[in-house]
Amino acid sequence: MRLSAVDLACRRGGRDVFAGIGFHLAAGQALAVTGRNGAGKSSLLRIVGGFLRPAGGRLWLEGGDPEFSIAEQAHYLGHQDAVKPSLSVAENLHFWAAFFGAGMTKVQDALGAVGLGGIAALPAAYLSAGQRRRLSIARLLAVKRPIWLLDEPASTLDAAGRDRLTGFMQSHLAGGGLILAATHGALGLGGAQELSLDEKIPSALPGDGLGRGSEATVGAVTP
Amino acid sequence: MRLSELANPSRFLRTANLAIPWLAGATAIVFAFAIYRAMLAPDDYQQGATVKIMFLHVPSAWLGMLCWGLMTIAALGTLVWRHPLADVAAKAAAPLGAAFTLLCLVTGSLWGRPEWGTYWVWDARLTSELILFLLYLGVIALWRTVEDASRAARAVAILTLVGAIDLPIIKFSVDWWNTLHQGASVFRLGGSTVDPTILIPLLLMAAAFTLLFVTLLLAAMRNEILRRRVRTLRLLQASATG
Amino acid sequence: MTPLTALLVRDMRIAVRVGGGAMIGVLFFVVVVTLTPFAVGPDLALLKRIGPAILWLAALLASLLALDRLFASDHEDGSLDLILTGGSPLELVIAAKGLAHWLTTAIPLIVAAPLIGLLLDIEPPAQAGLVLTLLVGTPALTFIGAVGAAIAVTLRRGGMLLAIIVLPLTVPVLIFGVAAANAAVAGPVPFGTPFTVLCALTLASLVIGPFAAAAALRLDIE
Repeated sequence: MRLSAVDLACRRGGRDVFAGIGFHLAAGQALAVTGRNGAGKSSLLRIVGGFLRPAGGRLWLEGGDPEFSIAEQAHYLGHQDAVKPSLSVAENLHFWAAFFGAGMTKVQDALGAVGLGGIAALPAAYLSAGQRRRLSIARLLAVKRPIWLLDEPASTLDAAGRDRLTGFMQSHLAGGGLILAATHGALGLGGAQELSLDEKIPSALPGDGLGRGSEATVGAVTP
Repeated sequence: MRLSELANPSRFLRTANLAIPWLAGATAIVFAFAIYRAMLAPDDYQQGATVKIMFLHVPSAWLGMLCWGLMTIAALGTLVWRHPLADVAAKAAAPLGAAFTLLCLVTGSLWGRPEWGTYWVWDARLTSELILFLLYLGVIALWRTVEDASRAARAVAILTLVGAIDLPIIKFSVDWWNTLHQGASVFRLGGSTVDPTILIPLLLMAAAFTLLFVTLLLAAMRNEILRRRVRTLRLLQASATG
Repeated sequence: MTPLTALLVRDMRIAVRVGGGAMIGVLFFVVVVTLTPFAVGPDLALLKRIGPAILWLAALLASLLALDRLFASDHEDGSLDLILTGGSPLELVIAAKGLAHWLTTAIPLIVAAPLIGLLLDIEPPAQAGLVLTLLVGTPALTFIGAVGAAIAVTLRRGGMLLAIIVLPLTVPVLIFGVAAANAAVAGPVPFGTPFTVLCALTLASLVIGPFAAAAALRLDIE
């Protein structure tokens, strides 16, 4: 399985966010997307996730299921947690497991793995921000999909949560999955490629097409 | 034991646990006696036995208004004196008041059908009583909208105080407007115009209804206190999990 | 449990638990009906004549209230994005959400309608006709409303705009619903004529609604 992009460009609200972005990600590989705020990390993830149409460029997946789009073979973990406060913790995860067509067997294990097993029956409204994040992450564990698109996954997590997340990511990669993660800090994964979206400040005039992505340096950090 | 000492929820629970069985017993006894006297009361020369719906209809109307009055005092307790049990009482009372008001509306409607040929008329007293019922439902909905009851309390208190305007409207509606409903005959200046054979059972039923209300109110308050404790424990459990 | 059934059950659970639950819609319905005699006067004969119309209007407005949240709450917490990646066709997703909305908003209304009809002195044959027209016509209100809800989903003051978009589209349903309800009481039109048109409107909206709403939601994806 190989996820590739060439010459991706993004335009939002009349402003060019980035252009000329490309990457190649093979099974078992992770790509960390870095850059300052507003550089377009979230937008890039949303383009790969199918929520945003790119202004240019190509994105394609080799070795995946041709019946499904890239989005349908990916997990998107965005800034929002998609947790319904009026449902219990378990009901939230049960819904996603059923909706994504996964079996129910993984739900309890997933909740246990993120440390929410003991409070599965409590209303999700009682969860802290970090716990809601972990409930979102449990979704990635309960439903198997090869591509993980993570937008600052460790935000709101404490140190223990971050360690657990790193463990999950490593298991996912070991199982042949791909990870594309936008992050401020380090991912904690040895061998992750890095894609920096930092750029020269674009011209103040909107829409003159001067905003440029970086010379998309996809350098491999030594494993 | 002074009333102010009951402000402590735990002490209230202990008192309520003691009092409720006795109150329930008293309620049953007074109801039995009241129903017995009501059976003995004479039929109306025009309406026949139908007139005895009055023994349900009138006390339930009184209790529906009494309950809102209690909620109004509780509202002041919440806003002005910050009494810890005031909002518990208000929340517990609302469904009871709604039930009494609904009973009043339904019994009145069933009584009115053979009398007036219709289940409902839009005259001042019936309409203001219906408005009271809707106000109760609005208050109940407001309690349920905010998950944390103590936060909902102040909003509900304000709504209760504003809604209290309906009570004098109901009471004096039969005087102020030309209505189909019977005028005031029990609580009026110059004393009641009702014959004692009817008045006594009526007052007995009212006493029975009041005892029922108090019993149910205490039980509901107890439930509400326990419910809040469960909620707090669950919140603690959630945050302790880390 | 199939994906769409799971979505239906979830939406129904949320609708019943959030805020006043299913009661809020019925309460609004009752309040609107209660307001009418204050505006129109307590003349029972008049109220009886316009009763079905008042109940239909109140049902329409009550349905509209809950439509605002149909997509907005999922959009706000990121659930809508994930639902789009679920692999289920968006049209069926909307159909499932619409069904959940109808079951939790309209069914309580339809159950309450005969009782409320008593307030307006509506006769039993008229009651039966009214309930039947509401039963058949309210799905149309839901699915037409879903189109408006999809269009208004990203807007902040969406509620008012939603009403402005949706209400004109529901006019045919209103016309034939009230006509059928009135026909159940008095002639000259037999009940069947406006009723079959009402059925047709509902069936059409069950198909057009999800497709139009899906197209509107996809516009969200720039």
